[in-house]
Amino acid sequence: MSVAISFRDIVKKYGDTTVIPELSLDIQKGEFFTLLGPSGCGKTTLLRMVAGFNSIEGGALTFNEKKMNDVAPGKRNIGMVFQNYAIFPHLNVAQNVAFGLENRKVTKADQQRRVSEILNTVQIDIYKNRMPKNLSGGQQQRVALARAIVINPDVLLMDEPLSNLDAQLRVDMRNAIKSIQREVGITTVYVTHDQEEAMAVSDRIAVMKSGVIQQVGAPRDIYQRPANLFVATFIGRTNVIDAVLEGDGAGGAAVIIGSNYILTMPALLSEAKPNESVAIKISVRPEEFVLSEDGTGLAGKVVNNVFLGLNTHLIVKLENGQEVEMIQQSASNVVTDIGQRVHLAILSGTINVYDASGERNLNRGSGL
Amino acid sequence: MIGRMRRLDIWSLITFFIFAGYLIFLALPLFMLLIKSFFDGTTGEFSLAYFYKFFSKAYYMNAVWNSLKVTVCVTLLSILVAGPLAYIMTIAKIKGSGTVRILILISSMSAPFIGAYAWILLLGRNGVITNFIFDVFGFRMPDIYGFSGVLLVLTLQLSPLIFMYVSGALKNVDNSLMEAAESMNCTGLRKMWKILVPLITPTLLAGGLLVFMRAFADFGTPMLIGEGFRTVPVLIFNEFISEVGGDDGFAAAISVIVVLFATTVFLLQKFVANRKSYSMSALNPIEPKKLKGAANWAAHLYVYLFTILAMMPQTYVAYTSFQKTSGKIFVDGYSLGSYRAAFSKVGDSIYNTFMMAGITIIIITIAAVLIAYVTVKRKGAVANLLDTFTMLPYIVPGSILGIALLVTFNQEPLVLSGSAVILIIAFVIRRLPYTIRSSAAVLHQVNDSIEEAAISLGASTMRTFFKITVPMMISGVFAGAIISWISIITELSTSIILYTGNTRTMTVAVYTEVVRGNYGVAAALSTMLTVITVVSLLLFFKLSGKKEVTM
Repeated sequence: MSVAISFRDIVKKYGDTTVIPELSLDIQKGEFFTLLGPSGCGKTTLLRMVAGFNSIEGGALTFNEKKMNDVAPGKRNIGMVFQNYAIFPHLNVAQNVAFGLENRKVTKADQQRRVSEILNTVQIDIYKNRMPKNLSGGQQQRVALARAIVINPDVLLMDEPLSNLDAQLRVDMRNAIKSIQREVGITTVYVTHDQEEAMAVSDRIAVMKSGVIQQVGAPRDIYQRPANLFVATFIGRTNVIDAVLEGDGAGGAAVIIGSNYILTMPALLSEAKPNESVAIKISVRPEEFVLSEDGTGLAGKVVNNVFLGLNTHLIVKLENGQEVEMIQQSASNVVTDIGQRVHLAILSGTINVYDASGERNLNRGSGL
Repeated sequence: MIGRMRRLDIWSLITFFIFAGYLIFLALPLFMLLIKSFFDGTTGEFSLAYFYKFFSKAYYMNAVWNSLKVTVCVTLLSILVAGPLAYIMTIAKIKGSGTVRILILISSMSAPFIGAYAWILLLGRNGVITNFIFDVFGFRMPDIYGFSGVLLVLTLQLSPLIFMYVSGALKNVDNSLMEAAESMNCTGLRKMWKILVPLITPTLLAGGLLVFMRAFADFGTPMLIGEGFRTVPVLIFNEFISEVGGDDGFAAAISVIVVLFATTVFLLQKFVANRKSYSMSALNPIEPKKLKGAANWAAHLYVYLFTILAMMPQTYVAYTSFQKTSGKIFVDGYSLGSYRAAFSKVGDSIYNTFMMAGITIIIITIAAVLIAYVTVKRKGAVANLLDTFTMLPYIVPGSILGIALLVTFNQEPLVLSGSAVILIIAFVIRRLPYTIRSSAAVLHQVNDSIEEAAISLGASTMRTFFKITVPMMISGVFAGAIISWISIITELSTSIILYTGNTRTMTVAVYTEVVRGNYGVAAALSTMLTVITVVSLLLFFKLSGKKEVTM
């Protein structure tokens, strides 16, 4: 049985310092929801408020409309997976997993059945009599996950569960976590600072910075239409370029970059009046540059090229001195040696345009 | 980052009780001592007469001067002797170094006054070595009694502490630091002076403080081997105990001065050490290498010589315990007569020691688990204060704590003097810190999330504590309890103040037998103590998996 979680004007303070100022958020039933942000953004604080380990200084936290602010952690029926797994070192795998059931007055027979079921699900049933110190990081991770789900929690909370694993194992485990979550269907709140991991596992993501949610949305929406420059630079790689916007008086707009490159864009959410120029910033992802063969686009010089097999990353120094990154598919037969002069054209259909402060996305249909 | 919900729970209650215990049995007695020192014993009026008397008479100032001289010399000499010893054992391969380390540890665990009496048997006026040298070379060795004797005994007894501290610190020095220095052409003595010494300075200060406090507070050694070389603890004991002219108030006044002095030294050391502390952990520690030629010989000679000297007292005492005696004199031949005499004459002291130390260790174990938990996991103003209380026994010498307890609990509403209870209280307060430290060290390693995991899985606070936290702490608790145990059974300075005919301990019995000249019985008892110590240490190594002890 899983629940919908709602945060209403939640405030977190440590002494006089406000860490989270009036945050509101709704997490749907059965959803895999990720809190993503750089360290210190308040994502773990928020998670621990759901768990009950952090006090709430204002607002309301509800599970299915039931207020949880002052319910003790042990009474919230949550399953939590910790960053360091927090496996009890003196208990073996089966005893670790059974610990939560023992607290719930489940009969011995039932305990055994449920423990072996869940160990099957997370595929560590052959290790059930092992002590934790004889398990690898990935196996410990699975024990932690099994221990959290076996009690049939209303909410599954995971605090950077993969950050202690090797790169390859991290990819394997995040797939495993995703499929297990889908199988059991528990509302899951997941905390990470790794945007790729967040994109891989989540139904929806909330990007946080300094205790404030910057954007909430599906991974694809966040990547393609970041609400502000912070989200654009935090999710994926991007090049931020200064530009000038000129309204054409007919609902369309022209974006002028550098001295002689003009992009025509569909209508933007801008107050620019016809024939008036406004300073803006545009965010161009590396894959949104193409090498132009007819001499249009931004002129520059290749200063570095990194061949990565699937594609080649080029670092191009523009005439104004800015260095930008672009991706050239390896199949392309254009040779780009260091020192070579190139022209970069921009695929104007997908790029994002921001006001000068970078706070507001000017593309129409960009959410917020 | 981690905010803990502040609720009144069972832990608040536990903290309160522990706190109350410390207030009643440590703070109150010390306060009573303070009161006593400022009020005239007969008229009951406020007076500074005791302090005036102390500072105005050369007789007393002489004792202060003696104490300072001994303490400073012992501390410096211990560092000079044991520092190089630890360095040699770290960089050089020494044959049998494992055994050497254990022997040095054992030597440090015995009661200092046993060393004093053993050295009297060896180097005293009628000592074995003294006589041997007179017979062979025909000259009399210089006198061992007085300052030189106290210095010899205490240095040999306490330098192992420096050795263990410095060894521990050197183990945390990363070899790449040495290699980095060498790559910048800083080698040999210069490297040692510029890199190694600064890195271990905080450790030297900490070890030095421990040696300083112990040498300063030691009562048995100057009493036995001092022969008129009066130190402050001897003075306090005489003033307090002596049947003629004993004066509680005056003893209290001296105690207050001593505690103030010790506190000053302690704070000074903390202040200096804090400014010079580094956190180190070595990924690749310094590996001992086999030295060549003369250096190798010199290294071995130094290490072995020190070990032999350190073990000499206990070994010789053990040997004499098997010698035949006639009355008080050792005669040719061997027998178990001394042991039989020990059991028949002072068998009650063996029973008392085990009974009181046993009860003490149970209380210590429980209290240490709770206190370690409160101070590590429940940080706050109260926990900090509690932490300070547990440190107090480091600064208050045992004899002074004994006197403080005695003057406080020899009157209504709580009369404990003469009972085993007062001894047990003293032992608990004095020896609790070892177990607390060792328990807290383990607890520091236990991540908070382990407990949160248990709580999030629905376990209550108490169930989490007993099912999760305690099992994880237990190795540290037992390791600390064994060290506490050893230090209880070898304790003299408090017991000598607090014991009565019914509560005599083995160390008190050894002391009184030595004073009476019953060397056979004393040797048998001392040897039993040594055997218990060694067995306990072996148990400690087995339980903790470690080969060293932190004091």
